[in-house]
Amino acid sequence: MLSCNYFMSVKVILFGKLADIAGRSVSVDNVSDTDSLVDSLNKRYPGLATTKYVIAVDKQVIKENTVLNKKSMVALLPPFSGG
Amino acid sequence: MSDQNLYERYHRQIILPEFGEEGQQKLLKAKVLVIGAGGLGCPALQYLAAAGVGIIGIVDDDVVALNNLHRQILYSVNDLGLSKAKRAAHILQQVNPEIKIIAYNERLATQNALSLIREFDVIFDGTDNFSTRYMINDACVLLNKPLVYGAISQFEGQVSVFKNGNEHDVNYRDIFPDPPREGEVLNCAEAGVIGVLPGIIGTMMANETIKLITGIGEPLINQLFTYNALNNQVYQLNLSARKETRLLIPKGEQAFLQTDYVWLCSSPVNQAEVDPAAFNKMIANGNVDVIDVRELHETPGVNEFEHIRIPLAQLSDNISMVKSDNVIAFCQSGKRSLQAAKILSGIFGDSKKIYSLRGGIVEWKKQKQTV
Repeated sequence: MLSCNYFMSVKVILFGKLADIAGRSVSVDNVSDTDSLVDSLNKRYPGLATTKYVIAVDKQVIKENTVLNKKSMVALLPPFSGG
Repeated sequence: MSDQNLYERYHRQIILPEFGEEGQQKLLKAKVLVIGAGGLGCPALQYLAAAGVGIIGIVDDDVVALNNLHRQILYSVNDLGLSKAKRAAHILQQVNPEIKIIAYNERLATQNALSLIREFDVIFDGTDNFSTRYMINDACVLLNKPLVYGAISQFEGQVSVFKNGNEHDVNYRDIFPDPPREGEVLNCAEAGVIGVLPGIIGTMMANETIKLITGIGEPLINQLFTYNALNNQVYQLNLSARKETRLLIPKGEQAFLQTDYVWLCSSPVNQAEVDPAAFNKMIANGNVDVIDVRELHETPGVNEFEHIRIPLAQLSDNISMVKSDNVIAFCQSGKRSLQAAKILSGIFGDSKKIYSLRGGIVEWKKQKQTV
């Protein structure tokens, strides 16, 4: 059976230096959770793989792999040090 | 100051129903430590002094430079080369002679951080580097001091309030557990910053500080606020405390004093992991302590090589058991041992080489069978 998530496209917004690498907003197709989303992004934008950031799904910071649905809003935020 | 003068100076905020005379009294009794009198510190200090915070400490060991003036708006060309902490204190004292302002013309380090922070009610992080930020975070967690956090880069800023009342309160390491290593993030000098941005973020931080002290409104507790000055977009995230975070924070004052924050933020990435083959070679070479950081009841047991057992949660209390120049931590899958390696690196700095066994003991046993 084909999962209904299979063709799902997830919107990702990026902050700080991450936006310089991949743009302020990208759509990622065919991902079902945050781990596969990160893999997909790293393939498209290798610069992301070496950059530190935190992932938020629907405005909640997550640390473990999290299942996504087509309404999920993912944000990637890098730490800032400037003052 | 006479009551009449006091009423006159703060009249416009006292007449706010939420604020009132009670709010003013709370501010006048409050002690705020502003660490960093730069882009974030300058506007915040102006508002905190003007609002009547009773005692303000200013920590900064830097001097005013010409390239500070586009955003550090307390200073003028007459201040170039002079101590920021002293100049800020002098200028602010003219704004409000009725409050006490203490200049600490010194760099915040593990040796002075706890004694300074202990003296104040609310800590304001306006610093410009990760090593000091992580140090302030950890110190505030240890001492249960509320921390107003803000940081900027280019056109974007972040603000949050870490209440640090108990272990359920979020701190900075719940967002970013470990400091970034060299090259992972740019600082202001490398990345640039638009001058008005620290004005906006620093002022928001001053507002959060005043809210915390007076108890009005909803401070950004358990939330991370982000602002983009180019498109005016704001994004507010919910945060939650994680048990694992506590393992990264020094357990007590002694462990805090032993932590090398500068080193934590400057060493290269991923030097710490070794695969089973390299692991075996290092054991054969000797001068190495191997530590099993799993809980004592966990299996499989290990009798193939000499090792000591210190569960991850007890690691920082038992560092005296670690004696050799090289240390390899292992666990079941290689995750906890990586955390252990970070904790040990933070304690020993450059004095020992710290490694973690990639794939854990499970992978090691698997490879051994196939040989």
